[in-house]
Amino acid sequence: MTTEPDSSAQSAEQRGAASATVPPTDGPDGDPTRGSTTGGPAPEPAALAPPPAAPAGKATIGKADVAFKNLTRAAGLGLLALIVAIALFLVLRATHALGQNDGNFLTTQEWFPNQDPPKFGVAALLFGTIVTAAIAMVIAVPVAVGIALFITVYAPRRLASPLGYIVDLLAAVPSVVYGLWGLLVLAPHMKGIQLWLSDYFGWIPLFRADSVGRSFFVAGVVLAIMILPIVAALSREVFLQVPTAHREAALALGATRWEMIRTAVLPYGKPGVISASMLGLGRAMGETIAVALVLPASFKISWNWLEPAGNTIAANVANGWGEANDIGRGALIASGLVLFIVTMIVNIIARAIVARRRDFSGSSA
Amino acid sequence: MATRIEVTGLTAYYGKFKAVSDVNLTIEPKNVTAFIGPSGCGKSTVLRTLNRMHEVLPGARVEGRVLLDGEDLYGAGMDPVNVRRTVGMVFQRPNPFPTMSIYENVIAGLKLNGIRKKALLDERVEESLRGANLWDEVKDRLNRPGAGLSGGQQQRLCIARAIAVEPQVLLMDEPCSALDPISTLAIEDLINKLKSSFTIVIVTHNMQQASRVSDATAFFSLEKTGDPGRLVEFDKTSKIFTNPSEKRTEDYVSGRFG
Repeated sequence: MTTEPDSSAQSAEQRGAASATVPPTDGPDGDPTRGSTTGGPAPEPAALAPPPAAPAGKATIGKADVAFKNLTRAAGLGLLALIVAIALFLVLRATHALGQNDGNFLTTQEWFPNQDPPKFGVAALLFGTIVTAAIAMVIAVPVAVGIALFITVYAPRRLASPLGYIVDLLAAVPSVVYGLWGLLVLAPHMKGIQLWLSDYFGWIPLFRADSVGRSFFVAGVVLAIMILPIVAALSREVFLQVPTAHREAALALGATRWEMIRTAVLPYGKPGVISASMLGLGRAMGETIAVALVLPASFKISWNWLEPAGNTIAANVANGWGEANDIGRGALIASGLVLFIVTMIVNIIARAIVARRRDFSGSSA
Repeated sequence: MATRIEVTGLTAYYGKFKAVSDVNLTIEPKNVTAFIGPSGCGKSTVLRTLNRMHEVLPGARVEGRVLLDGEDLYGAGMDPVNVRRTVGMVFQRPNPFPTMSIYENVIAGLKLNGIRKKALLDERVEESLRGANLWDEVKDRLNRPGAGLSGGQQQRLCIARAIAVEPQVLLMDEPCSALDPISTLAIEDLINKLKSSFTIVIVTHNMQQASRVSDATAFFSLEKTGDPGRLVEFDKTSKIFTNPSEKRTEDYVSGRFG
């Protein structure tokens, strides 16, 4: 959802470019034969430039091309306009509520938008969102990469392709299903491991706990289960793309399988794994129901992650929307916008990491 | 160090398919031996059995013996990883690691051997790149990506990477087939230089190349598609190209077949 404005702009561009090469099968003219004869070698710049700027293109660019181009452009611009309108609406609603707020929206650890005067702040929610998502990433990404590596490198072929299918299939299941499984089946059994962690690692403040229960840790584990299949499936896809030539180059130098993975597979797949992780992170931060059912919805920044405490932005929306009044809904929308900004920042950082060594990306090989 | 390779009764399979059958030949140390023959005759397969890269492909297996200075590469307790550190390989398409710089590419094999000392690595990088006739062209941009070089330079980088670990044998699988004539000439010059230190085996489709660079030539062929390839003739290069004993060899080298 963070990439929506970006990807829509991109797709509009791609469609614009595509109109030069793809026959307009669904164009208003509906004459595919004409489209394909004129559409094939048409120069791309002509399609991207505004119509009046293309001087002598009249004879070569058919009506169908023009119609298709306009159609795609309208679709792209329409989508952009829709997004801008949604954003405007949300910002207006949010600012209205924020104007009535008696507390500081960014630092207050309370959520009483329905009282008079309303007082609410996103601090505890944001903290909970980041902590649960971070726990989920720390657990899920290494496991997912391990699964992907096992399937692509270690598993014998007879096992690898069925496993690949299964992971793809699991990734297609809505993540809330895993969330519910984690909640109903796994979470009740989490008490033991939480006690163990607090017993042996209690000297680390994060694991200190007077009582364990529906904690950030449990929510993080449930989220990890939810995002594991998608991250594993995408990572597997990425590792499959590693050219045989690079793997053989490493093996021919006398690399063991693990050394081959470190030399050839992981560096080549890194950008893809980062993208996959970002997708998982987006899901983890945006998850509502499963987290809402786990966490006790307390508005408190808690550094003892095994103790029952905390809430997240998305879970708070799910919990609070029903009984919220006008100000309350505005407040929830404002918290949603904060989530939006956070995911955007994380995505920008991830892109920067990927772009830092663009020369070394391997796309030229 | 000079290393003789003796191949006896070598048969290689891809799954159920027998790719090459009953090959016997002896590759002399510090010589260049060329494998020639039509497509599908198994010359690349035989080459890949010499450093146990054949078995990397799923379902591929080997029968017979390959002796490296008397030691069987396929003997029990032989680790393919060690074999490949002794017998280096250069592939048909230049394949420098795209995520690594020129410098990192050259030291990739050394790092696998656990060499970490910067001074030693620097020394070996220069030595290997000089050995591959590439040093003067890249010495000012060692930290640039290896994939940014031209095709011929990339192939010489791959040769530098292979010789950096100081193997005894260097296998080359059609190393020039993706290169232009000038780059090809550069590689051929390099092969002539390298044979003073390494035993070299080169697979080539280019018969002129075989006659230019090699001391001995093995001609492989197959009866018809689907049959396993066989070694038809193995002799001094001068004899293979001027006065071969087999009719089929003569037909092939004179261009009447294949």
